[in-house]
Amino acid sequence: MQINGEFKPLIVAFCCNWCSYAGADLAGNNRLAYPENVKIIKVPCSCRVNPMFILRAFQRGADGVIICGCHPGDCHYTSGNYYTRRRMSLLFSMLNFLGIEKERTRVEWVSAAEGAKFAATMNEFTEAVAALGENKRLEDLRCKR
Amino acid sequence: MQRIGVFVCWCGSNIAGTVDVKAVAEALKNEPGVVFSTDYQYMCSQAGQDIIKNAIKEHNLSGIVVCSCSPRMHEQTFRKTAQAAGLNPYMVEISNIREQCSWVHKDMEKGTEKAIILGKAAIAKVNLNAPLTPGESPVTKRALVIGGGIAGIQTALDIADAGFPVDIVETKPTIGGKMAQLDKTFPTLDCAACILTPKMVDAGQSDKIRIFSYSEVSQVKGFVGNFDVTIKKKARYVKEDLCTGCGLCTEKCPQKKVPNEFNLGMDNRRAIYIPFAQAVPKVATIDADYCTMLKSGKCGVCSKVCTAGAIDYTQKDEYIEEKYGAIVVATGYNPISMDKFDEYAYNQSKDVITSLEFERLTNAAGPTAGKLLRPSDNKHPHTIVFVQCVGSRCANCAEKGKEYCSKICCMYTAKHAMLTRDKYPDTDVYVFYIDVRTPGKSFDEFYRRAVEEYGVHYIKGMVGKIAPEGDVLKVQASDLINNKQIHIDADLVVLAAAIEPDKSARPLATMLTASMDTNDFFTEAHPKLRPVESPTAGVFLSGACQGPKDIPETVAQAGAAASKVIGLLAKDKLMGNPCVAHSNELMCNGCSSCERVCPYGAITYSDKEFRMPDRTVAIRRVASVNEAVCQGCGACTVACPSGAMDLKGFANNQIVAEVDAICK
Ligand SMILES: Cc1cc2nc3c(=O)[nH]c(=O)nc-3n(C[C@H](O)[C@H](O)[C@H](O)COP(=O)(O)OP(=O)(O)OC[C@H]3O[C@@H](n4cnc5c(N)ncnc54)[C@H](O)[C@@H]3O)c2cc1C
Ligand code: FES
Repeated sequence: MQINGEFKPLIVAFCCNWCSYAGADLAGNNRLAYPENVKIIKVPCSCRVNPMFILRAFQRGADGVIICGCHPGDCHYTSGNYYTRRRMSLLFSMLNFLGIEKERTRVEWVSAAEGAKFAATMNEFTEAVAALGENKRLEDLRCKR
Repeated sequence: MQRIGVFVCWCGSNIAGTVDVKAVAEALKNEPGVVFSTDYQYMCSQAGQDIIKNAIKEHNLSGIVVCSCSPRMHEQTFRKTAQAAGLNPYMVEISNIREQCSWVHKDMEKGTEKAIILGKAAIAKVNLNAPLTPGESPVTKRALVIGGGIAGIQTALDIADAGFPVDIVETKPTIGGKMAQLDKTFPTLDCAACILTPKMVDAGQSDKIRIFSYSEVSQVKGFVGNFDVTIKKKARYVKEDLCTGCGLCTEKCPQKKVPNEFNLGMDNRRAIYIPFAQAVPKVATIDADYCTMLKSGKCGVCSKVCTAGAIDYTQKDEYIEEKYGAIVVATGYNPISMDKFDEYAYNQSKDVITSLEFERLTNAAGPTAGKLLRPSDNKHPHTIVFVQCVGSRCANCAEKGKEYCSKICCMYTAKHAMLTRDKYPDTDVYVFYIDVRTPGKSFDEFYRRAVEEYGVHYIKGMVGKIAPEGDVLKVQASDLINNKQIHIDADLVVLAAAIEPDKSARPLATMLTASMDTNDFFTEAHPKLRPVESPTAGVFLSGACQGPKDIPETVAQAGAAASKVIGLLAKDKLMGNPCVAHSNELMCNGCSSCERVCPYGAITYSDKEFRMPDRTVAIRRVASVNEAVCQGCGACTVACPSGAMDLKGFANNQIVAEVDAICK
């Protein structure tokens, strides 16, 4: 996304309700800044994130997609984040073939107590995605305004 | 088409300071479905809620979006507000423009822009919301406790005290667990039997508690509030209702050479036995592996001496079916096997024993009537070496030990050392340790007494080898503080064996769909905030089955588990979480992918008839979700290859709509 000629990557962050969404809230409570272009979507568990959602985001113009869940072993539903880890490593390994640098996606474990980690992760991920430049490959021009 | 109302909150200056709330309300007016949009200083206040209620009625709204603080703060509040105005509470979506916008951004323009986008995403979602109603299910007001150690006993007593019936299922012929085998207990040194047996009697006599001893759980079906459990009562060849526990049969039985498990094989019992004098229920049991009558049909002595006529050689295993509202797991622990620890010569010398064996050797009701005598020659040992952490904290020896700290060994070893020096001041007592861990109340003081008052030699270092030579045990060890090798000729060596969950715990966990950690300890729903609940609704955890614990901790957890059970049983109906998975039977191809990933066993398959377009009837195997069991994680929705599974409240099209709104 170009804003005033400056590239600001648009980041979609899927956060599980029990840990990472609460971690993001804590970042807010502590006023820990991260870029405005990070937009959070709440899901019950990281395992609710269908790879389709990620591809959809890229197709619609997201520059980066990050999935945040509870730390391994801490998933509210016991094993959800293990499914996430496996599914996402499979998806990520295929992204290059679709023409999307796999560095545009990431899975991070952020607990409800890790507000600082949430903000730091978002800052760092945004920077990493910014360095890759705009995501153009999968963007479906017909879907654009 | 929905009729949506948007309510933008200022939260004083918390939101309005960085977000132009009026501009947000204005911008969202034109979104599809939105018929009303406004802003107010404090939406959560009474006046703010009234604005919402009035708008719902006035504009006949079918859904609302509140742009405010985190849903974790006020989602419940606004759902109630909506409900009060006649709207389904699940037609409310919160757009988090405080924690995740105004508080983390400083620039008014950018903050406003983001808040508008977040609002649009919430509107896009609520456009696809449907009213949801939580399912209701009745609660069977009876609890099951699996395992009758101190944990299970305490939990059962507390539940019974609140007036609910409880059943205890215990595999052994008596309740009591490991605590019944202990002599004295740290940190107060009161005798285990004196504080345990009154509780056992209370449990045995309570009219609310039924004890199924010598029994196992063989099947569990159902879900929270409505478990169907099959209990297998193993044949004990004695009629429980007739046996008076007089013990005559256990004296007259001619089969005298049965290793006595209660004394860990250090002496023998008869083929018909009562494990110990204070057993509850005090009923004899015939050990079918050793009974001559059962094996060859010749004997029948017990039957002849039993005046009550309680012996029944034809008894069969019995299966009992019962319904329960809640299940408590209290299956405890066992010391690990010492077979793989050759360096300690456990299998080569009778005088190398485990700490639990030491408990029996010092127990007045034990094989030596409480006199500390070496098992090999019944002589009094003068030099005793205690080895701590045998198999505990063993990061590199996973094939024989455990990575974790067994937690109780430092304290019971200090207890053993202290009691030995107290009773036999002429003995030299050495304790080899990696660290001494004494974080409980009055624990460190206890350990220091062992060192300072009782002169126990604590040596930091591990024992490398124990070699039996003649009638001594040559102990080779390192002293890490003085950096030297030590050689001790010991008369008795006591190994503080690591503890592990009971072997039956794993199959039980599978039956209950309760989760376990890699060490087979049951996991709690939340390690800090829900420590006595299993992640499976209606299943609770008590005692050492959840992790190594001493008695005070076990009893505390037992009470906590009981209070959770009482809270559940006090309800007449359970309201489920309506955001559960559901399967579109027309699309389901019965592949079982969803069933395999479901952590709760909420998905079942059945054959259903479908009318096909050509008017024929086809029978297909399709998945259906038990809404009372489903917790709504959504794992199945992603696993489903045909897109038949979806999650209410977080449906595929809703999440995609949010993605689209954000990426537009
Ligand atoms: C040597 C030694 C000394 C100790 N000294 C002390 C001390 O001084 N002070 C102190 O506070 N703590 C002490 N402890 C710890 C204490 O023993 C435990 O804290 C306590 O016994 C835990 O109780 P529990 O009921 O959880 O487990 P357990 O006592 O193990 O009871 C579990 C019960 O469940 C039954 N069971 C298992 N599986 C099943 C199944 N599938 N179905 C039905 N029933 C089943 C078992 O037969 C058993 O009766 C000591 C431990 C050891 C090893
Ligand atoms: S609930 Fe957080 S990852 Fe499953």
